[in-house]
Amino acid sequence: MALPVSSPQATASDPRDRGGPAQPLLIVEAMRKYFPIRAGLLNRQVAEVKAVDDVSFFVIKGETLGIVGESGCGKSTLARLLMHLIPKDQGQLVLDGDLVGEARGVLLNDLRRSLQMVFQDSSSSLNPRLPIEQSIAYGPKVQGASGKSAKAQARALMEKVGLNPNLFGQRYPHELSGGQKQRVNIARALALDPRLLILDEAVSALDKSVEAQVLNLLADLKRQLNLTYIFISHDLHVVRYISDRVLVMYLGQVVEIGPVEAIYDDPKHPYTQALLACRLSMDPEARVDAAPLAGDPPSPVSPPSGCRFHTRCPFVEEVCKAKAPALGDVLKLDPGQHLAACHMVHPGSGHSRAAASAALH
Amino acid sequence: MNDMTAPDFTLATPQTEPFVRVEDLRVKFVSRDATVRAVNGISFDLERGKVLCVIGESGSGKSVMMRSLLRLHPKNRTVIEGTMRVGDHDIAGVSDRAMIDLRGSLISMVFQEPMTALDPLYTVGDQIAETVRRHEGVSKEAAWARALELLDLVRVPSPERRLKAYPHELSGGLRQRVVIAMALSCRPSLLLADEPTTALDASVQIQILVLLRKIQREMGMSMIFVTHDLGVAAQIADQVAVMYAGRIIEYGEARDVLLSPQHPYTQAMLASTAKDQDRDVPLEAIAGNPPDLRALPDGCSFAPRCKYAGPDCTLTMPPPITDAWGHMARCFKVGIGPAGKLRFDAKIAEPV
Amino acid sequence: MTDATADALRDLPARPAPTVRVRGYWGSVWNRLRYDYVTLFCLALILVIIGLAIFAPWVAPMDPYKSSMAHRLKPIGYRNYLLGTDEQGRDMLSRLLYGGRVSLTMGILPVGLATIIGGLFGVVAGYFGGAVNMVIMRTMDIFFAFPSVLLAVAISGSLGGGITNQLLTLTVVLIPPLCRVAETATSQVRNMDFVDAARSTGASTASILFTHVLINVMSPVLVYASTLVSVSIILASGLSFLGLGVSPPTADWGLMLSTLRQSIYVQPLVSAIPGIAILITSIAFNLVSDGLRQAMDVRA
Repeated sequence: MALPVSSPQATASDPRDRGGPAQPLLIVEAMRKYFPIRAGLLNRQVAEVKAVDDVSFFVIKGETLGIVGESGCGKSTLARLLMHLIPKDQGQLVLDGDLVGEARGVLLNDLRRSLQMVFQDSSSSLNPRLPIEQSIAYGPKVQGASGKSAKAQARALMEKVGLNPNLFGQRYPHELSGGQKQRVNIARALALDPRLLILDEAVSALDKSVEAQVLNLLADLKRQLNLTYIFISHDLHVVRYISDRVLVMYLGQVVEIGPVEAIYDDPKHPYTQALLACRLSMDPEARVDAAPLAGDPPSPVSPPSGCRFHTRCPFVEEVCKAKAPALGDVLKLDPGQHLAACHMVHPGSGHSRAAASAALH
Repeated sequence: MNDMTAPDFTLATPQTEPFVRVEDLRVKFVSRDATVRAVNGISFDLERGKVLCVIGESGSGKSVMMRSLLRLHPKNRTVIEGTMRVGDHDIAGVSDRAMIDLRGSLISMVFQEPMTALDPLYTVGDQIAETVRRHEGVSKEAAWARALELLDLVRVPSPERRLKAYPHELSGGLRQRVVIAMALSCRPSLLLADEPTTALDASVQIQILVLLRKIQREMGMSMIFVTHDLGVAAQIADQVAVMYAGRIIEYGEARDVLLSPQHPYTQAMLASTAKDQDRDVPLEAIAGNPPDLRALPDGCSFAPRCKYAGPDCTLTMPPPITDAWGHMARCFKVGIGPAGKLRFDAKIAEPV
Repeated sequence: MTDATADALRDLPARPAPTVRVRGYWGSVWNRLRYDYVTLFCLALILVIIGLAIFAPWVAPMDPYKSSMAHRLKPIGYRNYLLGTDEQGRDMLSRLLYGGRVSLTMGILPVGLATIIGGLFGVVAGYFGGAVNMVIMRTMDIFFAFPSVLLAVAISGSLGGGITNQLLTLTVVLIPPLCRVAETATSQVRNMDFVDAARSTGASTASILFTHVLINVMSPVLVYASTLVSVSIILASGLSFLGLGVSPPTADWGLMLSTLRQSIYVQPLVSAIPGIAILITSIAFNLVSDGLRQAMDVRA
């Protein structure tokens, strides 16, 4: 049984649609977040963590955008910025054609309904003292539903994510397995009838057999409810399976973005190439003898000059240390676009391999 | 039973005494509320200088088994049965005093989360040197020199500087290298590694795997490596044991188990990964959840989730069936195929 | 196919695990408490002591204020005086029962008040952090800087004696530690993902505090508060002992201990009785809070 390919047409009949099918559901423009590091007696700012540094991208309706990168690359901070859980330093968010307001306004409340987040399964994602039915019903109650209708909605949602409400409704999180907790997390995120779900490492903590169940559930829900996903993960296998387009982050910046086939079959950025090479083979005969990437990612407190990847890049040249490569015009709103922030793919950048490399489509 | 009978499987055991021998290990945690049967009869041998990878999901008993080898479980709540022998030592029988000496020098362990394995208040050098001194009783200078040597062994760049660093000043990968250095400080003959790469990024994970394999070979150590990631197992294992609900349900050479798995659980686990699966086609997920160890069903523990399970699979636990290459599976539907190799066949009827 | 998977999932939990019952949070707390005989015994003891204090007028064999010069400082078991008499010839048993009323009030009421006030400040400080936290917690630190007995004596000394002032004093002394515990617990809960999940539904801060934060902060605060009951009883006794609490002839364990102090060489056993009452009560409260802490630990 093949699932229908997610397509922009699927959302055309969505009554919540405002900007039309071709309008991206979300446009993120020049998003930036630096966390200050304070120290000393006077609590003075001594440095800052450049967690998200000038990130722009867009999400079209009905697609799944995968975001990959190592820990500390800023992908979780980005998710929290999009959810307005932490204040941004700079940048704009356009939701279905409308600019999202800065302060607590009507538009922000709209955003809350349209954007929901599924957190990484852990002991902290569900309130340990609340039966799960109440955890799910909390959102609708906040948005003004009566206790009774919120409860009915919660039970319907539990049914939808494959949990029997009669059996599970009154249970507490510690009585559930990891996979069941993650189903509750998904149900809770769906309770406000969102259009975009941000899944932050939503399956990473699950066992492999349970992970497959949850991935299948996500695919089902996406089809049934006309959802759009931003899928954040460090697992490249899962991202390839679930995503339509992939965005690769390194030290707070986007280094490559493009359709999933293009990224996996023809990665342009040396970082993406290295990440893909880090995928482990199941064949004991095909062992790697040398790690594709040496060392750990540098600290985002003082990222390297020029291209941030140049300290670990096998193709590093002088130009890489001196000048930061541009990603290109990400906001041309062309989903087929494949861009990489690397001097090697920009003709005339001064890198010795730049001339030899073919222009990107 | 069927015509493909299992060979007498005592023949499969090697003639020489293996370095590690675990026989019918059972571990129960007893509390007022329930008895958790975490390990339910595990037997395996491990030769000197080999790596056994134990694969299993959470609750399969893999970590419990490992900790039993170091006797790390709280005594008053744990019931351990069976025999565990490492080298000339009977792990289950030695005194607590003797066990303390064996930890670190004979058997050593690397944990999943390097941050919790290190004391945040002491420098890396202090911690390694302290371990060396406690076990070998050498002078402070000698211990520090050994610490430097160890950091060099685990390829920590500029080790002199890192010796004076506190754990929080190091990245995750470096911390795990330090933990490995500490575990190796007294030249153990057996290294236990409990998901040592799970908390690390993929790029760092490979570095640690390559390092562990290299060191293991150089030092001629035996290693038991626990993981839930089949890809990690493929990188490091000589032998692989797949655990489910406290039992080893499939065992064999890494190549045999990972490339031609015969137990339905191993097969299903390999089939359910998102690796190289067609997009837009649902994954072959294993329905249901692992069994509750407080109330284990009779028979094959995987039977409630197994798509091949017949009614009798839930009555008795299938015995181990081993082929001439040492490939073992515990399933009624597994027999010895035409080439003498272990083979799964859904048509085999389970015994009545 | 995936629907079939979902069906299979739905059916699965219904079947296995005959011995494992599903309990709610409080259900499992009670289940753990049920077998903790020490805690249960202490709980019963506390209930008996409270009951005796409440029903003192009916239980007490004699008038606790009626003195008799003829029967001063009689030993335990003298005539009708089951526990002997004090230095004014009053019946010790009756005074002990009546004294429990004051002493237990001084143990429980200030703790209750301080839990509410200190808990509130702590939750606010922990949840909002930053400058709010700074102001509240630094203020608490000032009170914390003094040893509790010294602080109690200082406040009591400036307010003067009497039951109300003693209550007030004890409450003020107990607020800072409770505030600190509430603040620590809150700042831990604050960083949990479920609070962020609640925020992303657009919930108001008050709603998040009441639905998600308070319920999680409650158990550590309550457990800690129950340990403070004994502290409060002892502090109150100390104040009365120093003459800063209730004044004679009110029956109060601390005061009784104080006045009988001079007779310790004449009737050592009788003089020790109020002290023993304080000791037993505080140990009972301490053991109960210890048991509660274990039972309320969510790690099923």
